Amino acid sequence: MSEGNPVIVKLDGVERHFGAVRALDGVDFAVGAGECVGLVGHNGAGKSTLMHILAGTGSPDRGTIAVRGMPESAYSVARAQQLGIRCVFQELSLCPNLTVAENTRVSHAALRGLGWRRRAAALIRAKLDEIFPGHGIDPSDVVGDLAIGRRQMVEVARAFTVTDQKLQLVILDEPTSSLDTHTAGQLLAFVGRARAEGISTILISHVLGEVLSTSNRIVVMRDGRVVASDAASAFDRDRLVAAMGGARKQDRDTATAARARGDTPVKVRARPRGRPGSAELVAHQGEIIGLAGLAGHGQTRLLLDIFGAATRRRPGVEITDPVALVAGDRQTDGIFPLWSIAENIGIRSLAALRRGALLSAEREQALAREWQQKIGIRTPDLDNNILSLSGGNQQKVLFARALGSDARIILMDDPMRGVDIGTKLEVYDLVRAEARKGRTFLWYTTEMDELENCDHVYVFRNGRIVADLTHDELSEEKVIQSSFEESAA
Amino acid sequence: MTVAATEALGRSGFRSPAFARLLRALLPALSLTLILIAIAYLNPRAISYFGFSLMLNLAIPIALATIAQMFVITVNELDLSIGTFVGFVACVTATWLRDAPLVGILVLLGSIGVYAALGALIHLRNLPSIVVTLGMSFVWQGLAILLLPKPGGKAPEWLLGLMSLKPPLVPFPILAAIVIALVVHFGLMRTSYGAVLRGTGGNAQAVQRAGWSILRTKVTMFALTGLFGVLSGMALVGITTSADANLGNGYTLLAIAGVILGGGEFVGGRVSPIGAVLGALTLALAASPLLTFMRIPPDWQVAANGAILIIVLAARALISRRESDR
Repeated sequence: MSEGNPVIVKLDGVERHFGAVRALDGVDFAVGAGECVGLVGHNGAGKSTLMHILAGTGSPDRGTIAVRGMPESAYSVARAQQLGIRCVFQELSLCPNLTVAENTRVSHAALRGLGWRRRAAALIRAKLDEIFPGHGIDPSDVVGDLAIGRRQMVEVARAFTVTDQKLQLVILDEPTSSLDTHTAGQLLAFVGRARAEGISTILISHVLGEVLSTSNRIVVMRDGRVVASDAASAFDRDRLVAAMGGARKQDRDTATAARARGDTPVKVRARPRGRPGSAELVAHQGEIIGLAGLAGHGQTRLLLDIFGAATRRRPGVEITDPVALVAGDRQTDGIFPLWSIAENIGIRSLAALRRGALLSAEREQALAREWQQKIGIRTPDLDNNILSLSGGNQQKVLFARALGSDARIILMDDPMRGVDIGTKLEVYDLVRAEARKGRTFLWYTTEMDELENCDHVYVFRNGRIVADLTHDELSEEKVIQSSFEESAA
Repeated sequence: MTVAATEALGRSGFRSPAFARLLRALLPALSLTLILIAIAYLNPRAISYFGFSLMLNLAIPIALATIAQMFVITVNELDLSIGTFVGFVACVTATWLRDAPLVGILVLLGSIGVYAALGALIHLRNLPSIVVTLGMSFVWQGLAILLLPKPGGKAPEWLLGLMSLKPPLVPFPILAAIVIALVVHFGLMRTSYGAVLRGTGGNAQAVQRAGWSILRTKVTMFALTGLFGVLSGMALVGITTSADANLGNGYTLLAIAGVILGGGEFVGGRVSPIGAVLGALTLALAASPLLTFMRIPPDWQVAANGAILIIVLAARALISRRESDR
């Protein structure tokens, strides 16, 4: 904001209340032209609420919004679009039944009349080529057919397309949560280039390295307030974590003492279906097994096959214990949106919660309370609807559902997507503690930090397991190398 | 390069989502072809200009009602009143529209307005459309009975003339089906606002966040349902020449089945106008000509019709599973 840059958006004393909860408690916030502002904070710190207000999808209870120095009294989505302010929301907002080009049209009122399909296709193709070279997405692809990572690429590219309104500011809310390292790097590099063209960005991310390397200014939020705001160069990982509060630095020494294999029985043996030449995945009791590689290269599919083997024999998969799955896409595969928190926790354990032929409400409550304490689900009442929780707390409920059950093998399908770092560290501890008690974890993740928790890491490429790394051998270079090996040949 | 290679693998081949979608798009045409082959085998004389005119006579109102249903299904709603609405329109057409055309036109336009208002009510009050339209089905039926307590009335001459057109080479019902399918396909699948309308069914929140009014898209879709309901009722009376308050009662479920048979889904905005028309034709043929040729007694025809529905929809479910199993 220095160097006399014109201020694009300025919020003053913005407050927003949801019932008794103060989501925003007097926030002052400004973005200058050509700035990339990193915005970090725990889940529930108020980042998303603030962004909704900027994008016009939410309105403040108090406070003012000014764009380019002009106060905006009737701010709305349409007004924000007119002013060239766009938002890539954390929960993907594409229409899965439409093609990529049609989705582009939905966000541009100007794409109409004869030849709109051709123009929309050209527009989105050019932007995808610019941001994600080699993306492999065709504008005529139906969005529902694309893997989640590609959908996110489309959504990001769409936000940067320009028709008749000049683009001023793009808000990126967890834009890399479903991208692999390679495409995330492409996006962050593009954000830098956009800055040079005078397009400002707000980058919200739980990957602190991303924020530190990409933004030029960082704003830290806590409990609905801005608690720190400084040049990015003034921050490092530790200072950021300290400013966000609560979370302590990850202590890698205690992460996992490397153990010799074979002193515990084998619990899972699995080979990817229909992919000859793949190595076999083996998990011993008490191990945490990482499934790595680029997003969408067969990790989820293998997890689902293992999960399916619990009820029906599957060729190539052997398991010896009950299984539970922690879904990654919690909105579609995880939560029951109409149910209470307690019901969402108890659903995997119905047999244990029975009294006679009926379910016992007390036992369900007892189970939910036990795990609320163990895992720290922040809610005044477990009978509240699951949707009353923030995203990170919803994810904790899914962990509680799996860990509270009788399952001895826990499958995790990239469950930490878009979860704040405090919650992550808590869950890592819990996973390690449960593994020490003899539970076996299979953990698909796209984040290198998470693989550090694993005893063994299998790297996937094109549906095959191509590398098997022990904890000691594990390094980011090795994982990336295995993920990409073919391209060198 | 790896990414590009995987991409090429995923895009072509029999396991790709595009192939599964192609299968689903072809299923309505396949099932129609199968039924036609069966009819040709059982009664070769039916495959003629005259035979098609006769067998597909009732297909026009069914196709129009199916398209009407498809519009509400596109925005994740359901219309359980379309059948009795078609009956109500038939009664209005056979009485007022013939005797006092101005009143008749006003009443029909007003009923389209009622549909639009229902759409607004359902959206604004967040009511389940099934409940509202179930209630409305009794309202339409009641009004129809008030208008024509016993079967009677007579279709206007111009309507009778239109429905008994004999164009050269291609039978009128087939021509009408092609026109209906193409017009709706263009309007809903090819226009730029059509993309917004379908997007409302796919992810209403996303459409709203892009600055569109969901109220407007829902009202538009319900009004279109009303419009095609009116067309269906008028076409029906043009064929039957007189009306009866219970004339369209079977259409509610036929229309839903037609949409699903045609590759549509109840939620998610995935619909196909061409498929829906093909589905309606299939149902119209399976409903009675096929079964009559198979010498199935009329008492059993309704049940046999249901069995055919189950078989075709099961085939669709298999293909959908293939689509998700990647």
